[in-house]
Amino acid sequence: MNAPVMPTEPAAPQAWPAALEPKVAEALSHYPNKRSAVLPMLWLAQNQWGWLSPGALALVARTVELPEPEVFGIATFYSMFNLKPVGRHHLQVCMTLSCSLMGADRLFRHLQRKLGVGHGETTADGRFTLRKVECLAACGYGPCLQAGFDYHHDLDERKVDALLETLK
Amino acid sequence: MSQPRGPLLFKDIDIAGLRTLATYQTGGGYRAVKDVMLGEGKKSPADVIEIVKASGLRGRGGAGFPAGLKWSFVPKDSPKARYLVCNADESEPGTFKDRELMEKNPHLLIESMILAGYAIGAHTGYIYLRGEFEYVQRIVDAALAEARAAGFVGKDVAGSGYEFQLYTHLGAGAYICGEETALLSSLEGFRGQPRLKPPFPAVEGLYACPTVVNNVETLMNVPFILANGAAAYRQWGTEKSAGTKIISVSGPVKRPGNYEVPLGMPLRAIIDEVCGGMRDGLKVKAVIPGGSSVPPLPASLLDTPFDYEAMGAAGTMLGSAGCIVIDDQTCMVDSLWNLIRFYQHESCGKCTPCREGTYWLKEVLERLEHGRGRKGDIDLLDDVAGNILGKSFCALGDAAAMPVQGFLKHFRAEFEYHVEHGRCMVNRRRAEIAAKFPETVSA
Repeated sequence: MNAPVMPTEPAAPQAWPAALEPKVAEALSHYPNKRSAVLPMLWLAQNQWGWLSPGALALVARTVELPEPEVFGIATFYSMFNLKPVGRHHLQVCMTLSCSLMGADRLFRHLQRKLGVGHGETTADGRFTLRKVECLAACGYGPCLQAGFDYHHDLDERKVDALLETLK
Repeated sequence: MSQPRGPLLFKDIDIAGLRTLATYQTGGGYRAVKDVMLGEGKKSPADVIEIVKASGLRGRGGAGFPAGLKWSFVPKDSPKARYLVCNADESEPGTFKDRELMEKNPHLLIESMILAGYAIGAHTGYIYLRGEFEYVQRIVDAALAEARAAGFVGKDVAGSGYEFQLYTHLGAGAYICGEETALLSSLEGFRGQPRLKPPFPAVEGLYACPTVVNNVETLMNVPFILANGAAAYRQWGTEKSAGTKIISVSGPVKRPGNYEVPLGMPLRAIIDEVCGGMRDGLKVKAVIPGGSSVPPLPASLLDTPFDYEAMGAAGTMLGSAGCIVIDDQTCMVDSLWNLIRFYQHESCGKCTPCREGTYWLKEVLERLEHGRGRKGDIDLLDDVAGNILGKSFCALGDAAAMPVQGFLKHFRAEFEYHVEHGRCMVNRRRAEIAAKFPETVSA
């Protein structure tokens, strides 16, 4: 795996959309200091823009009053933050033992062939990003994947094909 | 409705609409809060801690530490604020119970936290959910809004004059954040890396204040115990392993899923009776009984009772009770390689034994699995595991080392076969796939 590189290009200026401002204020009110709100802010930004661009990271840094490199360092620690753009549907396939016993490898290979992309890659039309992930806490319903935040359980080739049809 | 899946936490779990306040209260919900904090039968925080101690309730997240004792470690005379944190990170592979508990019965968690917060003198609580549980956060937040509107959470809990604020906090994908000090680092807005103990969180936890961190399932037992007494809770389980336990069963059994069983039930009964046996004519080869971090038990030890003591005596742990059932068509080298990839991926990088050790375990297992094993590789695995165990900063290192030692202890012949023949002694089909598409089988 390549180590994440902090972007050096000037960040596009960004601000919280007016509709998000109450959520920003609400999250900040949950903690005795601003730093604690860094994960909620990173989530708000990623859910709004799909990924954490340099501009979004700078916005979060200003909001929680931390240096930008520190916010970048925090964002790189957690596997769910996208530091590069992802497709409209982010397919995260669990590969850990319980799912593997039930056919996760076969499911992933099927998706790989069908979509023509590998781990961490996005289809040319920007529709899907395919990713192997570790345990999703759905071990009794494997193999499974998360499309964005949505869980899909007990998958096989046929079911996953039907799922892909619904994800436009 | 079908049969209840358990006597206590799962008794009502499948009732439609349980996640709404109205339905929850129909079944006696929030009665324990009123009984404990108001009126004639009002109990002091010290009384509550004594009752929980007497119940024998132990931590259900994995360590099995007595819950009441943990609460009693909070200094009585500290001038600092106190915090209650619910560990809802549920990141141990094989474990998926807290997700179902919170998704279906969020008010029980809220009621439990009000009571636990009262017991330790905390006025603020946080529920730390793993990032993947965004939908669970929405469910718990909706329940919290109802509980606030009904006056159970806020400045004046149920008219008792006691303040208790409660918030959810979403992680973002890091196994290590299930470790309590790493969880607290993450909640404070740092990278989720563990801290040295002592000081233990009960003395210096969140924001350097006294803090109790409890697992979802542990907390959820509290309202029953306070409403019915310690003796009622002890009707289930054994002397030292009191109560029930939710087991999460995964792998090729006929009915995988979450089940609530009295502690002490033999593993064989769990697989054959509760889960309906194995599917497709497969046989059990091994069971990892307590989540991926504990050593496996071979099929010959399936009569071991499922409780803290018996599992310990058999050389493994009850852990989080995530039972991963491995069938006789599965290669143990491949299975261990899979688990070690997980630990290598999730090692936080803070300390050398874990960061480097898990990397080398993964490298050696990868070459064994792909038929490139060398003579001496098995001893090398044992040596690396031995140099992680007890030498890493937190328990994640141990969690990676213990399965290695357990797999080698019980299934050494399969590893030797790999070294000698360059392939699996079982599951030829899978080995062929691995040889054909190495890039797709590895992570």
